[in-house]
Amino acid sequence: MSTASVLSSRGVVKKFGGFTALTGIDFDLGPNERVGLIGPNGSGKSTFVNCLTGALACDAGTIDFGGTDITDMAAWRRARLGLARSFQIPRPFRGLTVRRNIEVPLAFAAGLSDQAQIEAEAEDVLARVGLAAKSRKGPRSLSQVELRKLELGRALAARPKVLIADEAMAGLSDSEVDEILVLLMQLNDSGIAIVLIEHIMRAVVRFSQRVIVLVAGAKIAEGTPMDVLSHPEVVRAYLGQ
Amino acid sequence: MSLPHASDKAVGEKRSRMRAATLLPLAGMAVAIAIVFFGLDWVGTDYAYLAAYTVLQFVVLSTAWNILGGYAGYVNFASAAFFAVGVYTSVIVYKTVKLPLIATMPLAAIAAGLLGLGVGYLTLRLRGTFFSIATLALSVVMNTLVVNWAFVGGSRGVYVLRPQSIDFFGPYTRYLCIVMLILSIISVLIARAVEKSWFGRGLAALKDDEIAAECAGVPALRLKLAATALSGALMGAAGAPFPFFVTYVDPATAFSLTIAVNTIAMPLIGGTSTWIGPVIGAVLLGSLQQIATVTISSALNLLIVGVLMVIFITLAPNGIVGLVQKIRERRS
Repeated sequence: MSTASVLSSRGVVKKFGGFTALTGIDFDLGPNERVGLIGPNGSGKSTFVNCLTGALACDAGTIDFGGTDITDMAAWRRARLGLARSFQIPRPFRGLTVRRNIEVPLAFAAGLSDQAQIEAEAEDVLARVGLAAKSRKGPRSLSQVELRKLELGRALAARPKVLIADEAMAGLSDSEVDEILVLLMQLNDSGIAIVLIEHIMRAVVRFSQRVIVLVAGAKIAEGTPMDVLSHPEVVRAYLGQ
Repeated sequence: MSLPHASDKAVGEKRSRMRAATLLPLAGMAVAIAIVFFGLDWVGTDYAYLAAYTVLQFVVLSTAWNILGGYAGYVNFASAAFFAVGVYTSVIVYKTVKLPLIATMPLAAIAAGLLGLGVGYLTLRLRGTFFSIATLALSVVMNTLVVNWAFVGGSRGVYVLRPQSIDFFGPYTRYLCIVMLILSIISVLIARAVEKSWFGRGLAALKDDEIAAECAGVPALRLKLAATALSGALMGAAGAPFPFFVTYVDPATAFSLTIAVNTIAMPLIGGTSTWIGPVIGAVLLGSLQQIATVTISSALNLLIVGVLMVIFITLAPNGIVGLVQKIRERRS
């Protein structure tokens, strides 16, 4: 493991029956770094994120978070250590108001116990992600971009050291993509290392300091956005022969 | 990474609002209890106490069921099994050490709570209908155990003699009614505390999305285990006075379908999202059943539940509380 990494994996393998979704992924994320994780559909990006965050158990390999081996750790323990994520398809707690959605990680992941403080901090988080006006509404009343912001707000409320944003901009308009990008940049400025999984290349190029490309469950390229996007294997994977 | 902390003024204002929100329903509850209690003493017949006992027993059972079924979304079909554990704990205590009922109830709660913990550990990794089927199996297993256990009467049942009266409380039926009233108050206060606490919010989060909840730091299995144990313990406590209420217990009575169906139907009809829903459902359905029993026939009890379930699932799937909330939202 790299000592400079806040999150790293070595040889992560994940199989679903006879299908190998991840073939042994090595990954490093430095403190406060912004990394883009790209690849065609079915390349294993979300599976890798699920393995990193504990939603799926990996079949081989190790995962390290800030010097702690978290390979076999439950997802909720990883969240409490400071590993937060947003989901590709927003998964709000629909029975709770927008503010209550934010309060859950504040109480469980960040470990706050004073209800008044939790409520006040939840409102601060909502203001930060631009959802203050929707505080008392239910998630059903939110637009797609607002649901994405709620996902990010919930991840932020966990007071993470690392945030994994899984396709946080999917289905959004250009201006909405910019809104989310600005928000992610602000979070990164506050000291959070971010892994961005995304199909929107202009967003990946603008956001990432480093890009990793997965194809068919294997890492095929890694480097600066411009180097990676001109890499012959990456071009082949995206555009064909 | 630290968030910008909320100001002390904002935190202080929130604290005062929360205090007011806590005191108001408690005061309302105290007034309602006083009305019920003095009303029963005014009527003064044994039947009034026994009818009230039955309704209050269902307040406890449906409130207990709602802690796991309503807050966490895990539909438990084994409420009769937890109730029966309380019933037979009471029978065992009666046949051995003969402790007073008040001392037996905590033992029944512990026995049923431990059963909940054990069964929860084995079944809570299952979700949805798979979990519900596993709880059905628990009911069958417990029933079979009791049927084949001669010490507690087996399939023939067992008689329990209750005194005609008890010091300070008067008739034993009045005493049983007071005991169940106190238990129902305790159950409702526990359910309300769960709902308003982080335990309850965690359950609500995992009810909506267990994976997202875990990724937000919610220890899903631990919370579910605690909910199953607490829910089971309250159901067990409700079962402890039952042998003294009916004076003859057999497996068909203790594991009765009426108990299992009512315990699920009452919260669904009242509304599962808040503590008041099961109370409304139990008082409404329990009272209707008592009225039907004295005016038509007790054979109609399950029919009433069935018809009301169909009406509510079709017209108000979130129960009476959900319907009221919907009307309020539309008006505002």
